[in-house]
Amino acid sequence: MSTFLGMPATPPRSPYGTGNLRGDRKFPKAAHDELRNEQLRRNLGKATRTIRTKRLGVTGELPDWEQLRDAGSAIKTDTMNRLPELLEQLEQKVTEHGGTVHWARDGAEANEIVARLVRATGSSDVIKVKSMATQEIGLNEHLESIGITPYETDLAELIVQLADDKPSHILVPAIHRNRDEIRQIFLDEIPGVDPDLDNVPAHLAAAARAYLREKFMTTKVAVSGANFGIAETGTLSVVESEGNGRMCLTLPDTLITVMGIEKVLPRYQDLEVFLQLLPRSSTGERMNPYTSMWTGVTPGDGPQDFHLVLLDNGRTAALADTIGREALNCIRCSACLNVCPVYERTGGHAYGSTYPGPIGAVLTPQLAGMDAAEDDPNSSLPYASSLCGACFDACPVKIDIPSMLVELRHQHTEQSGTTAEKLAMKAAAGVMKRPKLFAAAQKAAALGRIAGGRDGTISHLPAPLSGWSDSRDTPAPPKQTFRSWLASAEGAATMSAAAEEGARHTADDHEEDR
Amino acid sequence: MTTTARDTVLGRIRDALALAPVPDTSVPRDYRTGRTLPDEERLALLTHRLVDYKAKVYPCTRERTAEVIADVLRERGARRIGVPAGLDEQWLTAYDGEVRQDSADIPAPSLDALDGVVTASAVSCAETGTIFLDGSADQGRRALSLVPDLHVCVVDLSSVVVGVPEAVARLVPERPTTLISGPSATSDIELERVEGVHGPRTLAVVIRTDA
Ligand code: SF4
Repeated sequence: MSTFLGMPATPPRSPYGTGNLRGDRKFPKAAHDELRNEQLRRNLGKATRTIRTKRLGVTGELPDWEQLRDAGSAIKTDTMNRLPELLEQLEQKVTEHGGTVHWARDGAEANEIVARLVRATGSSDVIKVKSMATQEIGLNEHLESIGITPYETDLAELIVQLADDKPSHILVPAIHRNRDEIRQIFLDEIPGVDPDLDNVPAHLAAAARAYLREKFMTTKVAVSGANFGIAETGTLSVVESEGNGRMCLTLPDTLITVMGIEKVLPRYQDLEVFLQLLPRSSTGERMNPYTSMWTGVTPGDGPQDFHLVLLDNGRTAALADTIGREALNCIRCSACLNVCPVYERTGGHAYGSTYPGPIGAVLTPQLAGMDAAEDDPNSSLPYASSLCGACFDACPVKIDIPSMLVELRHQHTEQSGTTAEKLAMKAAAGVMKRPKLFAAAQKAAALGRIAGGRDGTISHLPAPLSGWSDSRDTPAPPKQTFRSWLASAEGAATMSAAAEEGARHTADDHEEDR
Repeated sequence: MTTTARDTVLGRIRDALALAPVPDTSVPRDYRTGRTLPDEERLALLTHRLVDYKAKVYPCTRERTAEVIADVLRERGARRIGVPAGLDEQWLTAYDGEVRQDSADIPAPSLDALDGVVTASAVSCAETGTIFLDGSADQGRRALSLVPDLHVCVVDLSSVVVGVPEAVARLVPERPTTLISGPSATSDIELERVEGVHGPRTLAVVIRTDA
């Protein structure tokens, strides 16, 4: 044994420069460009509105929804507290049932494990079930680099892959594409597709079905993620809609599942909670069309060679943060994306990470850090929020994303030592504790919209923001309502400045009180 | 000896928990469990949910099972069907098409040549319209109810429970289990729902109200 007792060491983040946990530019810059993409905004607006409405409908159906959320939240907290024993139990159960468990310190190690397992089968192709963990570690890119072709089989992931694009939403990754574009992508990229293919969604789906069916029937290896892994029984689970998951989990000879260590659940019974929370929060359905659960290998049914890769890649670093670890409770339902005014305008690409939206803004910096390089794009993510709190209300496991954002902002300013941001942050924190002042600052910021000049920038703001706006121009993106401007990073920055002003005034008031 | 990834990751977790301890918590399970409803209400609820998710529902009595199954298969033009080895033979006595009994040595891709499949089911959840298959002899391996385009699934009302906790309680964890709620579907293109992508495009549920 090489472990020794001593001072606990802070676990490392996901190594800088690997995987897909970091964009190439900061959020405000990326968001600024995305804001100009009218189609993206239209599609996203429609998608988030629709899913939001459906979610409210089906969660409202359950009189015990809040109790389910409380249970889900507590199960997750309990899981994190007992993570070592639960993972060891999971490993033992999977092994007992004929599976093999691998451990990966980071994405690169997981990629190598998967590549080695695929090579051992002699196959040069793999079929894939949509999986955020494999996206996070850049598995597809790695497999391609060594001559193994990964085929994404979820319709949206297929569209994204064929177009050499990036997903823009956790649940509907190709929502930034419209039917005409998808038709063109299929015509260009699917060999032998009917040249008369039109843009009717049912026909496009049928074209994907025909193309992928051949892959399902002939490919010997599949790679999946997992929504849940049950420690008590060794059971793994994939929740899906299209049946591509069932195909991948059932037909090949070899199945390789990559699962983040935080996805373990203590008991089989816990599924009774999460099988209610997840579909209703995610697609707004009472239940998703298909869920598969399997335990190791079943003779005569499904893959006879099963591997589970348990992935750290910064998760333990998140766990080492009392506040940040709550981000690990996420079940990837995407409800927080659909209620977020910032996400609704900018879309997922602006976040630069596999994990977009409110949860991405807290999870990405937890996994990958935000200080490894001086100008780390991730350092801007905690500011990609207006702290309106809608994500907290929507989250089925009650993750307090707004508080985590504030904490991350604090950590960032502490680390970066940027005095202006530090001050703004301190002030903002002060103001947020005083609802009346916050409202006043919001009103003050509203005036900024009116001050927007012809050149699309706000160069002068009325007091109390004037001091701040004189020092730099605030871009005022065209055709935006005040609410979306407020929700933008620029808006948030202005808010912070307003807050700073406000806090100063409050401090003065207190002086007078004495 | 070099440290294994396993030791490293477990060591990191222990370090993390030491650095940022969070008080232990007990899990409140105040949500609804152990619910029951009279037969009629469970039937009505399940039927409503199934239809809502675009499944076809055929209530019938035990006695009429074979007749109804044959009707459904005829209606859908299924001339060649697959069945799991343990399916009740009586169920197919009214069907005049070709019946192939499945077995593990038949390559799964060849199931693509079947027009449909008839299986039993383990448990169903009325509140969500979900049917649970657990790979028992009358349900077959997972590929059988997946590859053919039509799935005729027989549900006995006695196996229908009210909610998800009641259903999960009836499962055997180690069995390969598939939860089915309507036919396969996607909303990936402009959020427009399209039924039937990779799984069976038609799900026909025969509910035996006296079984
Ligand atoms: S943070 Fe909560 S709402 Fe957001 S994706 Fe995760 S579980 Fe869903």
